[in-house]
Amino acid sequence: MKINKSALVMTLYILFLMLPIYWLINMSLKTNQEILSGFSLWPENLTFDNYLVIFTDASWYGGYINSITYVLMNTVISISVALPAAYAFSRYNFMGDKHLFFWLLTNRMAPPAVFALPFFQLYSSIGLFDTHIAVALAHTLFNVPLAVWILEGFMRGVPKEIDETAYIDGYGFFTFFRKIFMPLIASGVGVAAFFCFMFSWVELLLSRTLTSVDAKSIAATMTRTVSASGLDWGVLAAAGVLTIIPGALVIYFVRNHIARGFALGRV
Amino acid sequence: MRKTTNQKAWFMVLPMLVLVAFSAIIPLMTVVNYSVQDTFGNNEFFWVGLEWFEEILASERVHDALIRQIIFTLIILAIEVPLGIFVALNMPKKSGLWTTLCLVLIALPLLIPWNVVGTIWQIFGRIDIGLLGYMLDQLGFDYNYTQDATDAWITIIIMDVWHWTSLVVLLCYAGLKSIPDAYYQAAKIDQASRWSIFRYIELPKMKGVLLIAILLRFMDSFMIYTEPFVVTGGGPGNATTFLSIDLVKMAIGQFDLGPAAAFSLIYFLVILLISWVFYTVMVQSDKGAGA
Repeated sequence: MKINKSALVMTLYILFLMLPIYWLINMSLKTNQEILSGFSLWPENLTFDNYLVIFTDASWYGGYINSITYVLMNTVISISVALPAAYAFSRYNFMGDKHLFFWLLTNRMAPPAVFALPFFQLYSSIGLFDTHIAVALAHTLFNVPLAVWILEGFMRGVPKEIDETAYIDGYGFFTFFRKIFMPLIASGVGVAAFFCFMFSWVELLLSRTLTSVDAKSIAATMTRTVSASGLDWGVLAAAGVLTIIPGALVIYFVRNHIARGFALGRV
Repeated sequence: MRKTTNQKAWFMVLPMLVLVAFSAIIPLMTVVNYSVQDTFGNNEFFWVGLEWFEEILASERVHDALIRQIIFTLIILAIEVPLGIFVALNMPKKSGLWTTLCLVLIALPLLIPWNVVGTIWQIFGRIDIGLLGYMLDQLGFDYNYTQDATDAWITIIIMDVWHWTSLVVLLCYAGLKSIPDAYYQAAKIDQASRWSIFRYIELPKMKGVLLIAILLRFMDSFMIYTEPFVVTGGGPGNATTFLSIDLVKMAIGQFDLGPAAAFSLIYFLVILLISWVFYTVMVQSDKGAGA
């Protein structure tokens, strides 16, 4: 009986989570006339035209390409600077380490709204406005702290004796790091990369402020469609569905680590 | 873990430090710079001292946004934390297909781009084409989130519960999984009630993750921007204009650089202060647990 009650709670909760998503998918498969003319729980005239619009119109699919470009750049940059830093935090005491660690967290707390205008001016003044790298660098503001915290959490789980044995065996630092240490924390790097990807992918305010045409993100493309008159609901819904897919695909692989990632490696 | 003292570790931190300093300290200094100056255009600035800070601290508009923000954050925490614990307690214990399915589906809303979350609820709540709005309308409720302030609030709160409760669930679930079976067996022998199992076994074990969950939910709901911006645009009127939305209006909409900068600094400091308190409590309880 008890198991049944739990299953019921879970089913209801998942139903609550899935309904709005179902509705979005439902709308993306309808024509605009059908959306506006009547109310139906499933598409009566199933159509993939909305998706076709996105895959053929450069201003739409370009948005996806731009987003993926800066997200990947950001992930690579964040992980490569976070790896040595996390190693240092997990292995050594040094002057100011605790303060530095907390200061990192404060960047995760910084409201993007505070940084929007200064970023705009900073990147405009160095000629990087409307480039992918500008958004990638701006997103390091919260992704680097995130990556450092997650990686540090995973690295703490690797006993220090492994480092010491490797040095005694005559490994240099870089060979040790590449050949021995990296495989041990591979899942940690995977989780950190996943979260950098995710948080850069879901962010709107900074990517919208820092781009206008050439590097316009899919998120910004979507909000600008909303403000235009003659709203194309079907295409908007289809664009929304397509932004959910990357997350839905990768989530399966990190399902056992996802809590740790969201907790900044502190679980 | 025992750590050795090694000042050379600074060199490993350095690349990270340079990068974060570039994207955090330089922009923050720009903000500080603007917050004490005024301009008549043409890039001529003059010193005004703390005038902007006084103006912001006395500004009714900012007060209102702050009050709305605090109420919003408190409601969010009051709903999401108990609900999250409740759902986590009902998560399936054994690993299997059903558990995997639960985990994946629960995590899904967390990974949807924030503006898409807004779009989903913007559509979902509409009385003509949205499931929720249509149902409420058919049931005879006078529901319209673009016109009525209460409805707008309810929509945004349900949206946030939908979006972020899973975070609390996942964290609590991770905490619950770390409880050895022996604890439950001992409780069974003592004939402990369901409530005392929760109070004396599960809650203490969840304390650490729960603090993180509250900290994260506090931080993120306090800087919420994208979702309400997409759904209501801060309206009707100013009903759902939270701090970030107000700040962006001031800085980028009206280009009032001085007041916006002063506003930014005060805003950031408030978050920092409260988060620091949480963090201290967190570190203390970490030590207390011997972890």
